[in-house]
Amino acid sequence: MKFEVSSESLARVKNKSIEDRRSLSYYVAWAVAIVILSWAWRGAEVRPLDLWADSGNMVKYAREFFPPNFKEWKLYVSEMIVTLQIAIWGTFLAILCAVPLGLLCASNVVKPWVYQPLRRCMDALRAINEMVFAMLFIVAVGLGPFAGVMAIFVHTTGTLAKLFSEAVETIDPKPVEGIRATGSHSMAEIVFGILPQVMPLWISYALYRFESNVRSASVVGMVGAGGIGVILYEVIRGFQYAQACAVLIILVFTVTLIDITSSYLRKWVV
Amino acid sequence: MTAYKTTMIKIDSATKTFRNNGASQLALSGVSFAVQAGERVALLGSSGSGKSTLIRAICGLEILDAGSGELLLNQKVVQSNGNLSKNIRQVRNHIGVIFQQFNLVGQLDVISNVLIGLCPHKNILQLLMRKFSDEEKAKALDALDKVGLIDIAYQRASTLSGGQQQRVAIARALVRDTKVILADEPVASLDPESSRKVMDTLVGLCEKFDLTLIASLHQLSIAKKYCQRTIALNAGKLYFDGATASLDAASIACLYGSVNNDLHD
Repeated sequence: MKFEVSSESLARVKNKSIEDRRSLSYYVAWAVAIVILSWAWRGAEVRPLDLWADSGNMVKYAREFFPPNFKEWKLYVSEMIVTLQIAIWGTFLAILCAVPLGLLCASNVVKPWVYQPLRRCMDALRAINEMVFAMLFIVAVGLGPFAGVMAIFVHTTGTLAKLFSEAVETIDPKPVEGIRATGSHSMAEIVFGILPQVMPLWISYALYRFESNVRSASVVGMVGAGGIGVILYEVIRGFQYAQACAVLIILVFTVTLIDITSSYLRKWVV
Repeated sequence: MTAYKTTMIKIDSATKTFRNNGASQLALSGVSFAVQAGERVALLGSSGSGKSTLIRAICGLEILDAGSGELLLNQKVVQSNGNLSKNIRQVRNHIGVIFQQFNLVGQLDVISNVLIGLCPHKNILQLLMRKFSDEEKAKALDALDKVGLIDIAYQRASTLSGGQQQRVAIARALVRDTKVILADEPVASLDPESSRKVMDTLVGLCEKFDLTLIASLHQLSIAKKYCQRTIALNAGKLYFDGATASLDAASIACLYGSVNNDLHD
Protein backbone atom coordinates (compact mmCIF):
# COMPACT_ATOMS: atom_id res chain seq x y z
CA MET A 1 0.00 0.00 0.00
CA LYS A 2 1.32 3.43 -0.92
CA PHE A 3 0.62 6.14 1.59
CA GLU A 4 -0.49 9.22 -0.35
CA VAL A 5 0.17 12.63 1.12
CA SER A 6 -2.97 14.73 1.12
CA SER A 7 -2.95 18.21 -0.34
CA GLU A 8 -4.64 19.53 2.83
CA SER A 9 -1.76 18.33 5.03
CA LEU A 10 0.79 19.80 2.61
CA ALA A 11 -1.03 23.13 2.70
CA ARG A 12 -1.06 23.03 6.51
CA VAL A 13 2.70 22.36 6.65
CA LYS A 14 3.33 25.30 4.30
CA ASN A 15 1.07 27.60 6.32
CA LYS A 16 2.86 26.58 9.53
CA SER A 17 6.26 27.35 7.91
CA ILE A 18 5.01 30.80 6.97
CA GLU A 19 3.74 31.35 10.54
CA ASP A 20 7.09 30.23 11.97
CA ARG A 21 9.15 32.67 9.90
CA ARG A 22 11.43 34.74 12.03
CA SER A 23 9.83 37.99 12.95
CA LEU A 24 11.48 41.40 13.22
CA SER A 25 11.74 40.99 17.00
CA TYR A 26 14.07 38.00 16.47
CA TYR A 27 16.60 40.17 14.61
CA VAL A 28 16.15 43.07 17.06
CA ALA A 29 16.98 40.68 19.95
CA TRP A 30 20.23 39.67 18.24
CA ALA A 31 21.12 43.32 17.54
CA VAL A 32 20.53 44.20 21.22
CA ALA A 33 22.76 41.31 22.34
CA ILE A 34 25.58 42.48 20.04
CA VAL A 35 25.29 46.09 21.29
CA ILE A 36 25.51 44.92 24.93
CA LEU A 37 28.59 42.79 24.22
CA SER A 38 30.34 45.71 22.44
CA TRP A 39 29.46 48.10 25.27
CA ALA A 40 30.83 45.67 27.91
CA TRP A 41 34.01 45.07 25.81
CA ARG A 42 34.94 48.74 26.12
CA GLY A 43 34.23 49.04 29.83
CA ALA A 44 36.08 45.83 30.67
CA GLU A 45 39.08 46.92 28.54
CA VAL A 46 39.28 43.51 26.91
CA ARG A 47 42.61 43.38 25.02
CA PRO A 48 43.27 39.79 23.91
CA LEU A 49 46.37 40.80 21.93
CA ASP A 50 48.12 41.75 25.17
CA LEU A 51 48.15 38.06 26.07
CA TRP A 52 50.29 37.45 23.02
CA ALA A 53 52.49 40.54 23.47
CA ASP A 54 53.33 39.69 27.13
CA SER A 55 53.62 35.95 26.59
CA GLY A 56 57.35 36.03 27.34
CA ASN A 57 56.73 37.43 30.85
CA MET A 58 54.07 34.86 31.47
CA VAL A 59 56.29 31.94 30.48
CA LYS A 60 59.06 33.29 32.76
CA TYR A 61 56.58 33.67 35.62
CA ALA A 62 55.15 30.19 35.08
CA ARG A 63 58.63 28.64 35.09
CA GLU A 64 59.20 29.89 38.63
CA PHE A 65 56.34 27.65 39.81
CA PHE A 66 58.25 24.51 38.85
CA PRO A 67 59.39 22.28 40.35
CA PRO A 68 56.90 22.58 43.24
CA ASN A 69 58.44 22.80 46.72
CA PHE A 70 56.76 20.34 49.16
CA LYS A 71 59.24 20.95 52.00
CA GLU A 72 56.44 22.33 54.25
CA TRP A 73 53.85 19.77 53.12
CA LYS A 74 52.75 18.91 56.67
CA LEU A 75 51.74 22.54 57.27
CA TYR A 76 49.96 22.70 53.92
CA VAL A 77 48.03 19.50 54.59
CA SER A 78 47.05 20.57 58.12
CA GLU A 79 45.81 23.93 56.77
CA MET A 80 43.95 22.13 54.00
CA ILE A 81 42.21 20.09 56.69
CA VAL A 82 41.28 23.35 58.46
CA THR A 83 39.80 24.55 55.13
CA LEU A 84 37.74 21.36 54.93
CA GLN A 85 36.58 21.87 58.52
CA ILE A 86 35.50 25.44 57.68
CA ALA A 87 33.50 24.11 54.72
CA ILE A 88 31.94 21.31 56.80
CA TRP A 89 30.67 23.62 59.55
CA GLY A 90 29.70 26.44 57.18
CA THR A 91 27.64 24.02 55.09
CA PHE A 92 26.13 22.22 58.11
CA LEU A 93 24.91 25.46 59.73
CA ALA A 94 23.57 26.63 56.37
CA ILE A 95 21.60 23.39 55.90
CA LEU A 96 20.08 23.74 59.40
CA CYS A 97 18.82 27.23 58.56
CA ALA A 98 17.93 26.51 54.93
CA VAL A 99 15.48 23.70 55.81
CA PRO A 100 12.90 25.94 57.56
CA LEU A 101 13.73 28.92 55.33
CA GLY A 102 13.33 26.78 52.20
CA LEU A 103 9.82 25.85 53.34
CA LEU A 104 8.98 29.42 54.33
CA CYS A 105 10.16 30.74 50.93
CA ALA A 106 7.94 28.30 48.97
CA SER A 107 4.79 29.78 47.45
CA ASN A 108 2.87 26.50 47.82
CA VAL A 109 3.51 26.33 51.58
CA VAL A 110 3.01 29.85 52.95
CA LYS A 111 1.20 33.07 52.05
CA PRO A 112 2.88 35.76 49.88
CA TRP A 113 3.31 38.08 52.86
CA VAL A 114 5.60 35.45 54.39
CA TYR A 115 7.58 34.20 51.39
CA GLN A 116 8.05 37.51 49.55
CA PRO A 117 10.04 39.36 52.27
CA LEU A 118 11.96 36.19 53.15
CA ARG A 119 12.92 35.64 49.52
CA ARG A 120 14.27 39.19 49.32
CA CYS A 121 16.36 38.55 52.46
CA MET A 122 17.75 35.37 50.87
CA ASP A 123 18.51 37.35 47.68
CA ALA A 124 20.56 39.77 49.78
CA LEU A 125 22.54 36.92 51.39
CA ARG A 126 23.33 35.48 47.96
CA ALA A 127 24.18 38.85 46.41
CA ILE A 128 27.08 39.42 48.81
CA ASN A 129 30.09 37.23 48.08
CA GLU A 130 31.67 35.01 50.76
CA MET A 131 34.87 37.09 50.53
CA VAL A 132 32.97 40.24 51.54
CA PHE A 133 31.22 38.39 54.38
CA ALA A 134 34.63 37.05 55.50
CA MET A 135 36.03 40.59 55.74
CA LEU A 136 32.98 41.68 57.75
CA PHE A 137 33.18 38.68 60.11
CA ILE A 138 36.92 39.17 60.64
CA VAL A 139 36.01 42.56 62.11
CA ALA A 140 33.30 40.93 64.23
CA VAL A 141 35.01 37.75 65.49
CA GLY A 142 38.67 38.35 64.65
CA LEU A 143 41.09 36.64 62.26
CA GLY A 144 40.83 32.88 61.94
CA PRO A 145 38.71 30.00 60.68
CA PHE A 146 35.54 30.98 62.58
CA ALA A 147 35.19 34.10 60.40
CA GLY A 148 35.41 31.76 57.39
CA VAL A 149 32.76 29.44 58.84
CA MET A 150 30.39 32.39 59.37
CA ALA A 151 31.04 33.81 55.87
CA ILE A 152 30.28 30.48 54.22
CA PHE A 153 27.31 29.80 56.50
CA VAL A 154 25.59 33.11 55.76
CA HIS A 155 26.13 33.06 51.98
CA THR A 156 25.25 29.36 51.62
CA THR A 157 22.05 29.82 53.65
CA GLY A 158 20.81 32.26 50.99
CA THR A 159 21.70 29.89 48.17
CA LEU A 160 20.35 26.69 49.73
CA ALA A 161 17.12 28.34 50.92
CA LYS A 162 16.40 29.36 47.31
CA LEU A 163 17.26 25.92 45.92
CA PHE A 164 15.29 24.13 48.66
CA SER A 165 12.22 26.34 48.12
CA GLU A 166 12.32 25.75 44.36
CA ALA A 167 12.36 21.99 45.03
CA VAL A 168 9.35 22.35 47.35
CA GLU A 169 7.46 24.29 44.67
CA THR A 170 7.82 21.43 42.19
CA ILE A 171 6.34 18.67 44.40
CA ASP A 172 3.26 16.68 43.47
CA PRO A 173 0.45 18.31 45.52
CA LYS A 174 -1.76 15.20 45.54
CA PRO A 175 -0.07 13.34 48.44
CA VAL A 176 -0.19 16.55 50.50
CA GLU A 177 -3.89 16.91 49.76
CA GLY A 178 -4.38 13.27 50.78
CA ILE A 179 -2.83 14.06 54.18
CA ARG A 180 -4.84 17.30 54.53
CA ALA A 181 -8.04 15.32 53.96
CA THR A 182 -7.28 13.25 57.09
CA GLY A 183 -7.65 16.36 59.24
CA SER A 184 -3.98 16.35 60.26
CA HIS A 185 -1.97 19.35 61.43
CA SER A 186 -0.05 21.28 58.73
CA MET A 187 3.13 19.86 60.23
CA ALA A 188 2.01 16.37 59.10
CA GLU A 189 1.65 17.70 55.56
CA ILE A 190 5.26 18.93 55.70
CA VAL A 191 6.79 15.91 57.45
CA PHE A 192 4.92 13.18 55.55
CA GLY A 193 3.90 14.92 52.34
CA ILE A 194 6.60 17.41 51.38
CA LEU A 195 9.86 16.21 52.95
CA PRO A 196 9.83 12.66 51.50
CA GLN A 197 9.33 14.16 48.04
CA VAL A 198 12.09 16.78 48.23
CA MET A 199 14.66 14.94 50.34
CA PRO A 200 16.70 13.38 47.49
CA LEU A 201 16.92 16.76 45.76
CA TRP A 202 17.77 18.59 48.99
CA ILE A 203 20.59 16.14 49.76
CA SER A 204 21.91 16.53 46.24
CA TYR A 205 21.89 20.34 46.52
CA ALA A 206 23.56 20.24 49.95
CA LEU A 207 26.35 17.99 48.67
CA TYR A 208 26.87 20.20 45.65
CA ARG A 209 27.13 23.26 47.88
CA PHE A 210 29.61 21.44 50.11
CA GLU A 211 31.84 20.85 47.06
CA SER A 212 31.53 24.49 46.16
CA ASN A 213 32.19 25.58 49.76
CA VAL A 214 35.50 23.69 49.91
CA ARG A 215 36.63 25.91 47.01
CA SER A 216 35.17 29.03 48.64
CA ALA A 217 36.79 28.21 51.99
CA SER A 218 40.23 28.27 50.38
CA VAL A 219 39.51 31.71 48.91
CA VAL A 220 38.09 33.30 52.08
CA GLY A 221 41.32 32.31 53.80
CA MET A 222 43.12 34.87 51.63
CA VAL A 223 41.49 37.71 53.55
CA GLY A 224 42.52 36.15 56.87
CA ALA A 225 39.66 33.78 57.55
CA GLY A 226 41.97 30.79 58.19
CA GLY A 227 42.84 27.63 56.31
CA ILE A 228 44.94 27.00 53.21
CA GLY A 229 44.02 30.41 51.76
CA VAL A 230 46.18 32.16 54.37
CA ILE A 231 49.23 30.08 53.39
CA LEU A 232 48.56 30.64 49.68
CA TYR A 233 48.31 34.39 50.18
CA GLU A 234 51.56 34.47 52.20
CA VAL A 235 53.64 32.45 49.72
CA ILE A 236 52.42 34.46 46.72
CA ARG A 237 53.13 37.73 48.52
CA GLY A 238 56.60 36.42 49.42
CA PHE A 239 57.33 35.51 45.75
CA GLN A 240 57.71 31.84 46.83
CA TYR A 241 56.18 30.49 43.66
CA ALA A 242 57.48 26.90 44.05
CA GLN A 243 55.74 26.72 47.45
CA ALA A 244 52.62 28.35 45.94
CA CYS A 245 52.62 25.61 43.30
CA ALA A 246 52.79 22.91 46.04
CA VAL A 247 49.85 24.53 47.87
CA LEU A 248 47.83 24.73 44.64
CA ILE A 249 48.52 21.06 43.85
CA ILE A 250 47.27 20.02 47.33
CA LEU A 251 44.23 22.27 46.89
CA VAL A 252 43.37 20.91 43.44
CA PHE A 253 43.88 17.31 44.61
CA THR A 254 41.59 17.79 47.64
CA VAL A 255 38.87 19.61 45.71
CA THR A 256 38.91 16.95 42.97
CA LEU A 257 38.65 14.19 45.60
CA ILE A 258 35.68 15.95 47.27
CA ASP A 259 34.02 16.51 43.87
CA ILE A 260 34.33 12.84 42.92
CA THR A 261 33.08 11.59 46.31
CA SER A 262 30.21 14.07 46.40
CA SER A 263 29.21 13.30 42.83
CA TYR A 264 29.14 9.57 43.67
CA LEU A 265 27.05 10.26 46.80
CA ARG A 266 24.60 12.46 44.87
CA LYS A 267 24.04 9.74 42.28
CA TRP A 268 23.48 7.23 45.07
CA VAL A 269 20.97 9.48 46.87
CA VAL A 270 18.98 10.57 43.80
CA MET B 1 -35.38 -1.55 53.16
CA THR B 2 -32.76 -0.57 55.74
CA ALA B 3 -33.95 1.73 58.48
CA TYR B 4 -31.45 4.61 58.71
CA LYS B 5 -30.84 6.29 62.02
CA THR B 6 -29.41 9.76 61.67
CA THR B 7 -28.55 12.23 58.95
CA MET B 8 -24.83 11.91 58.30
CA ILE B 9 -24.41 14.48 55.50
CA LYS B 10 -26.68 17.43 54.79
CA ILE B 11 -26.04 19.80 51.92
CA ASP B 12 -28.10 22.92 51.41
CA SER B 13 -27.91 24.94 48.16
CA ALA B 14 -24.29 24.16 47.36
CA THR B 15 -23.05 26.48 44.62
CA LYS B 16 -19.51 26.71 43.33
CA THR B 17 -18.11 28.87 40.56
CA PHE B 18 -14.55 28.54 39.29
CA ARG B 19 -12.94 31.68 37.93
CA ASN B 20 -10.02 31.41 35.56
CA ASN B 21 -8.56 34.31 33.57
CA GLY B 22 -11.74 36.31 33.83
CA ALA B 23 -13.95 33.44 32.64
CA SER B 24 -16.27 31.87 35.18
CA GLN B 25 -17.57 28.31 35.14
CA LEU B 26 -20.43 27.09 37.27
CA ALA B 27 -19.44 23.72 38.74
CA LEU B 28 -22.32 23.33 41.23
CA SER B 29 -25.64 25.12 41.22
CA GLY B 30 -27.96 24.96 44.22
CA VAL B 31 -27.37 21.28 45.01
CA SER B 32 -29.23 20.09 48.12
CA PHE B 33 -29.63 16.61 49.56
CA ALA B 34 -29.16 14.59 52.72
CA VAL B 35 -27.51 11.23 53.26
CA GLN B 36 -28.42 9.00 56.20
CA ALA B 37 -25.89 7.11 58.30
CA GLY B 38 -24.99 3.77 56.74
CA GLU B 39 -26.26 4.66 53.26
CA ARG B 40 -24.21 3.83 50.18
CA VAL B 41 -24.66 6.48 47.52
CA ALA B 42 -23.33 6.49 43.98
CA LEU B 43 -22.63 9.91 42.52
CA LEU B 44 -23.09 9.81 38.76
CA GLY B 45 -22.68 12.32 35.98
CA SER B 46 -20.54 12.96 32.94
CA SER B 47 -17.07 14.50 33.21
CA GLY B 48 -17.32 18.11 34.37
CA SER B 49 -20.77 17.64 35.91
CA GLY B 50 -19.50 18.62 39.39
CA LYS B 51 -19.05 15.23 41.10
CA SER B 52 -15.46 15.80 42.23
CA THR B 53 -16.22 19.39 43.27
CA LEU B 54 -19.09 18.12 45.43
CA ILE B 55 -16.96 15.44 47.10
CA ARG B 56 -14.14 17.94 47.72
CA ALA B 57 -16.66 20.39 49.17
CA ILE B 58 -18.00 17.77 51.60
CA CYS B 59 -14.50 17.25 53.06
CA GLY B 60 -13.73 20.97 52.96
CA LEU B 61 -11.03 20.81 50.29
CA GLU B 62 -13.16 23.06 48.08
CA ILE B 63 -14.83 26.15 49.50
CA LEU B 64 -18.31 26.83 48.15
CA ASP B 65 -19.50 30.24 46.96
CA ALA B 66 -20.83 32.80 49.40
CA GLY B 67 -24.59 32.38 49.55
CA SER B 68 -24.40 28.60 49.72
CA GLY B 69 -26.19 27.10 52.69
CA GLU B 70 -24.75 24.98 55.46
CA LEU B 71 -22.90 21.79 54.68
CA LEU B 72 -23.10 19.48 57.69
CA LEU B 73 -21.30 16.25 58.38
CA ASN B 74 -22.30 14.22 61.41
CA GLN B 75 -24.22 17.31 62.59
CA LYS B 76 -21.05 19.40 62.52
CA VAL B 77 -20.56 22.32 60.15
CA VAL B 78 -17.99 21.73 57.39
CA GLN B 79 -18.67 25.06 55.72
CA SER B 80 -21.36 27.65 55.63
CA ASN B 81 -22.03 30.63 53.36
CA GLY B 82 -18.64 30.21 51.67
CA ASN B 83 -16.66 30.01 54.90
CA LEU B 84 -14.80 26.92 56.04
CA SER B 85 -15.48 25.86 59.63
CA LYS B 86 -12.77 26.74 62.13
CA ASN B 87 -13.01 23.15 63.39
CA ILE B 88 -12.51 21.63 59.96
CA ARG B 89 -9.68 19.39 61.18
CA GLN B 90 -11.91 17.84 63.83
CA VAL B 91 -14.68 17.34 61.27
CA ARG B 92 -12.25 15.71 58.82
CA ASN B 93 -11.34 13.24 61.56
CA HIS B 94 -14.55 11.36 60.77
CA ILE B 95 -14.04 11.34 56.99
CA GLY B 96 -11.94 8.97 54.95
CA VAL B 97 -11.26 10.32 51.49
CA ILE B 98 -10.24 8.05 48.63
CA PHE B 99 -8.94 9.76 45.53
CA GLN B 100 -8.84 8.65 41.90
CA GLN B 101 -5.03 8.99 41.83
CA PHE B 102 -4.72 7.39 45.31
CA ASN B 103 -2.75 10.40 46.69
CA LEU B 104 -0.32 8.21 48.60
CA VAL B 105 3.22 9.33 49.38
CA GLY B 106 5.11 7.14 46.93
CA GLN B 107 8.46 7.62 48.68
CA LEU B 108 7.17 6.15 51.96
CA ASP B 109 6.45 2.50 52.69
CA VAL B 110 2.90 1.16 52.79
CA ILE B 111 2.57 1.09 56.60
CA SER B 112 3.75 4.72 56.89
CA ASN B 113 1.06 5.73 54.41
CA VAL B 114 -1.55 4.00 56.56
CA LEU B 115 -0.12 5.54 59.75
CA ILE B 116 -0.69 8.99 58.18
CA GLY B 117 -4.37 8.30 58.92
CA LEU B 118 -3.50 8.51 62.62
CA CYS B 119 -1.67 11.84 62.35
CA PRO B 120 -4.66 13.93 63.55
CA HIS B 121 -4.08 12.55 67.06
CA LYS B 122 -0.43 13.62 67.14
CA ASN B 123 1.18 16.76 68.52
CA ILE B 124 3.76 18.74 66.56
CA LEU B 125 6.75 17.14 68.31
CA GLN B 126 5.47 13.61 67.63
CA LEU B 127 4.89 14.55 63.99
CA LEU B 128 8.39 16.00 63.66
CA MET B 129 9.89 12.84 65.18
CA ARG B 130 7.51 10.65 63.09
CA LYS B 131 6.76 8.85 66.32
CA PHE B 132 4.08 6.15 66.38
CA SER B 133 3.46 3.72 69.23
CA ASP B 134 3.57 -0.05 68.79
CA GLU B 135 -0.24 -0.13 69.24
CA GLU B 136 -0.66 2.35 66.40
CA LYS B 137 1.66 0.34 64.14
CA ALA B 138 -0.30 -2.83 64.99
CA LYS B 139 -3.54 -0.98 64.20
CA ALA B 140 -2.13 0.01 60.80
CA LEU B 141 -1.16 -3.61 60.14
CA ASP B 142 -4.70 -4.70 61.10
CA ALA B 143 -6.12 -2.18 58.61
CA LEU B 144 -3.80 -3.54 55.92
CA ASP B 145 -4.90 -7.05 56.83
CA LYS B 146 -8.52 -6.02 56.24
CA VAL B 147 -7.68 -4.93 52.67
CA GLY B 148 -5.48 -8.00 52.08
CA LEU B 149 -2.14 -6.21 51.92
CA ILE B 150 -0.43 -7.09 55.21
CA ASP B 151 2.33 -8.97 53.38
CA ILE B 152 3.56 -5.84 51.61
CA ALA B 153 3.37 -3.50 54.62
CA TYR B 154 7.05 -2.54 54.39
CA GLN B 155 7.21 -2.14 50.62
CA ARG B 156 7.59 1.30 49.07
CA ALA B 157 4.14 2.59 48.02
CA SER B 158 5.31 3.71 44.56
CA THR B 159 6.16 0.09 43.66
CA LEU B 160 2.55 -1.12 44.05
CA SER B 161 -0.02 -1.59 41.29
CA GLY B 162 -2.92 0.87 40.98
CA GLY B 163 -5.37 -1.53 42.62
CA GLN B 164 -3.01 -2.18 45.54
CA GLN B 165 -2.40 1.56 46.02
CA GLN B 166 -6.14 2.17 46.13
CA ARG B 167 -6.54 -0.53 48.78
CA VAL B 168 -3.75 1.12 50.82
CA ALA B 169 -5.76 4.35 50.55
CA ILE B 170 -8.81 2.46 51.88
CA ALA B 171 -6.71 1.14 54.78
CA ARG B 172 -5.59 4.71 55.53
CA ALA B 173 -9.23 5.81 55.63
CA LEU B 174 -10.22 2.94 57.92
CA VAL B 175 -7.38 3.08 60.43
CA ARG B 176 -9.13 5.77 62.45
CA ASP B 177 -12.59 6.58 63.72
CA THR B 178 -14.08 7.06 60.26
CA LYS B 179 -17.83 7.44 59.87
CA VAL B 180 -17.99 8.52 56.24
CA ILE B 181 -16.03 7.39 53.20
CA LEU B 182 -15.88 9.80 50.29
CA ALA B 183 -14.50 8.10 47.20
CA ASP B 184 -13.75 10.29 44.19
CA GLU B 185 -13.75 7.98 41.17
CA PRO B 186 -11.98 5.23 43.14
CA VAL B 187 -11.82 2.79 40.24
CA ALA B 188 -11.57 5.14 37.27
CA SER B 189 -7.91 4.39 36.63
CA LEU B 190 -8.08 0.65 37.33
CA ASP B 191 -8.63 -2.41 35.16
CA PRO B 192 -11.94 -4.33 35.60
CA GLU B 193 -10.50 -7.00 37.91
CA SER B 194 -8.75 -4.45 40.16
CA SER B 195 -11.94 -2.34 40.11
CA ARG B 196 -13.97 -5.30 41.32
CA LYS B 197 -11.46 -6.08 44.10
CA VAL B 198 -11.35 -2.45 45.26
CA MET B 199 -15.14 -2.06 45.26
CA ASP B 200 -15.67 -5.42 47.00
CA THR B 201 -13.18 -4.38 49.70
CA LEU B 202 -14.60 -0.89 50.06
CA VAL B 203 -18.26 -1.86 50.21
CA GLY B 204 -17.57 -4.96 52.32
CA LEU B 205 -15.85 -2.82 54.95
CA CYS B 206 -18.59 -0.16 54.80
CA GLU B 207 -21.18 -2.88 55.51
CA LYS B 208 -19.09 -4.44 58.27
CA PHE B 209 -18.42 -1.17 60.10
CA ASP B 210 -21.71 0.54 59.19
CA LEU B 211 -20.00 3.37 57.33
CA THR B 212 -21.68 5.89 55.07
CA LEU B 213 -20.29 5.85 51.53
CA ILE B 214 -20.48 8.40 48.76
CA ALA B 215 -18.62 7.24 45.67
CA SER B 216 -18.46 9.14 42.41
CA LEU B 217 -18.47 6.61 39.59
CA HIS B 218 -18.50 6.44 35.83
CA GLN B 219 -19.45 2.76 35.49
CA LEU B 220 -23.20 2.49 35.93
CA SER B 221 -22.96 -1.27 36.46
CA ILE B 222 -20.79 -0.69 39.53
CA ALA B 223 -23.30 1.82 40.89
CA LYS B 224 -26.10 -0.69 40.42
CA LYS B 225 -24.14 -3.51 42.06
CA TYR B 226 -22.83 -1.69 45.12
CA CYS B 227 -25.03 1.32 45.90
CA GLN B 228 -28.71 1.40 46.87
CA ARG B 229 -29.09 5.08 46.08
CA THR B 230 -27.86 7.24 43.22
CA ILE B 231 -27.46 10.98 43.04
CA ALA B 232 -26.85 12.22 39.51
CA LEU B 233 -25.52 15.62 38.54
CA ASN B 234 -25.90 17.27 35.18
CA ALA B 235 -24.01 20.52 34.48
CA GLY B 236 -23.67 21.15 38.21
CA LYS B 237 -27.38 20.67 38.98
CA LEU B 238 -29.08 17.83 40.82
CA TYR B 239 -30.61 15.74 38.05
CA PHE B 240 -31.64 12.54 39.81
CA ASP B 241 -31.88 11.41 43.41
CA GLY B 242 -33.40 8.03 44.12
CA ALA B 243 -32.97 4.28 44.17
CA THR B 244 -30.27 3.13 41.74
CA ALA B 245 -32.62 0.45 40.43
CA SER B 246 -35.11 3.10 39.33
CA LEU B 247 -32.58 4.87 37.09
CA ASP B 248 -34.10 4.24 33.66
CA ALA B 249 -32.61 4.33 30.16
CA ALA B 250 -34.06 7.74 29.37
CA SER B 251 -32.41 9.29 32.43
CA ILE B 252 -29.08 7.70 31.54
CA ALA B 253 -29.35 8.91 27.95
CA CYS B 254 -29.96 12.44 29.17
CA LEU B 255 -27.09 12.19 31.67
CA TYR B 256 -24.43 10.85 29.33
CA GLY B 257 -25.81 11.81 25.93
CA SER B 258 -26.41 8.14 25.02
CA VAL B 259 -27.79 4.96 26.58
CA ASN B 260 -24.97 3.22 28.40
CA ASN B 261 -25.46 -0.53 28.14
CA ASP B 262 -23.00 -0.93 30.97
CA LEU B 263 -25.96 -0.52 33.32
CA HIS B 264 -27.76 -3.51 31.91
CA ASP B 265 -24.99 -6.10 32.11
